[in-house]
Amino acid sequence: MTTEAPVRVEDKLYQNRYLVDVGNAHIKVKPHTKPSPQLLALLNICPAHCYELNSNGQVEVTPDGCVECGTCRVLAEGGGDIEWSYPRGGYGVLFKFG
Amino acid sequence: MIEERFDAIVVGAGMAGNAAALTMAKRGMKVLQIERGEYPGSKNVQGAILYADMLEKLVPDFREDAPLERHLVEQRFWMMDAKSHTGLHHRSDDFNEEKPNRYTIIRAQFDKWLSSRAQEAGAIVLCETTVKELVQDAYGKVIGVITDRDGGQVHADVVVLAEGVNGLLGTKAELRERPSPENVALAVKEMHFLPRETIEARFNLKGDEGVVIEAAGTISAGMTGMGFIYTNKESISLGIGCLVADFQKTGETPYGLLERFKKHPSVAPLIEGSEVKEYAGHLIPEGGYNAIPQLYGDGWVVVGDAAQLNNAMHREGSNLAMTSGRIAGEAIFQVKSRKDPMTKENLALYKKMLDDSFVIKDLKKYKDMPGLLHIQSQNFFLTYPQLVNKALQNFVRVDGTPKLEKEKTTIKSFVSARSWGGLFGDAFRFARAWR
Repeated sequence: MTTEAPVRVEDKLYQNRYLVDVGNAHIKVKPHTKPSPQLLALLNICPAHCYELNSNGQVEVTPDGCVECGTCRVLAEGGGDIEWSYPRGGYGVLFKFG
Repeated sequence: MIEERFDAIVVGAGMAGNAAALTMAKRGMKVLQIERGEYPGSKNVQGAILYADMLEKLVPDFREDAPLERHLVEQRFWMMDAKSHTGLHHRSDDFNEEKPNRYTIIRAQFDKWLSSRAQEAGAIVLCETTVKELVQDAYGKVIGVITDRDGGQVHADVVVLAEGVNGLLGTKAELRERPSPENVALAVKEMHFLPRETIEARFNLKGDEGVVIEAAGTISAGMTGMGFIYTNKESISLGIGCLVADFQKTGETPYGLLERFKKHPSVAPLIEGSEVKEYAGHLIPEGGYNAIPQLYGDGWVVVGDAAQLNNAMHREGSNLAMTSGRIAGEAIFQVKSRKDPMTKENLALYKKMLDDSFVIKDLKKYKDMPGLLHIQSQNFFLTYPQLVNKALQNFVRVDGTPKLEKEKTTIKSFVSARSWGGLFGDAFRFARAWR
């Protein structure tokens, strides 16, 4: 399975409707020097690929394309790695079909 | 913001919340329903299949104006390996009945419709409003909610938590735990649009007939998971889901799995040339009976996915959501009619009524299934599908090998993969969990 071209999630998210609450990210990663295994797992498991490693090897989140599934919360909120809430009313992903 | 006091506040406008709001409003209760999406349905995701019986109990004449897609006449189960699938199909003209039993639906449209019925019955629905936390009195009794609107505190005798699988409010108020990675699956789904005639030709359908394909096997890369393909009128809902704990273990990406599923030679021709108009992700409660949390307390009840009520074996999430919402509404109305307070003791009626319904009976029946499938995912989702496909291919290929030898090869492949003890053990454990 290593031969396939990487899947571009951005192309998928482009189909969706969003109302981004600029300046009010609904997910925050706790500042850290070395990411925990839970945080690292989010790089692959997030279905909207909101988590990425920065050049210092820390995990960062950009929740603009978030589909609000809650997977990262289930994995990483308990250990204190992230803070998770729903976007303000009316903001976030706006499903046309669901 | 809202000065008046309500008989009940319902948090969330999904299947469970809408059923609860409709049930209580129909009985003359003063209901406020709060939804964070721009309209009821805009945050909700499902496959989606709707069972008619449970909806009939809420809206007997729903077939007249509910946005239904196709009634199902065929169910296909596929066991897949890399290039093959072995299927069990059931199709019957009996399903072309006057009042069909199952339909595909599109949740954003359906939920908007069901909510309109609740509003006609008198429920007040407040959209674009996120409930931040529950208001509790000094004794811990839930007496209302705080929203993200200005001065957004509202009070009610009882709060129905229909907040969905993540159940943030319940966790925050320590009414229940956060779902565990072992007890929820992450599913991703795409909406593929095609002309109606193309869908009907590819799936052998006429009129509003529909097909469901549920697929398991190597598509989930050894994880506990399922793929699905549902036909709508002019679109196909296609997705795949696996346990969150398994994703964590394997490091697979959900969109990677989805792309591989779409490229499988059995799937690709069905969606060829389609236009994808949406990509969604959602958690599904998979823990079954053993994962059900406390369902009621002083001033609150929890319904639907937030209560982890899903019969994963029969894909009945929205069905159980609708039923638990309706039963909660009926129980609350009974307590109110007796002029009793909404205490934990009195709201236990909800749990009792749920226990007596098919909801809890069914979940009890399959209580050992999640444990079995989740722990043995390699065998049930990788090894057996490969063995079965190889066996069937061996059976249908006629190549001059004596048939007795073919059978021996097949049996040998099963035994060397799982050993006799393993095979009998798996069969026994599966039968016991099913019973």
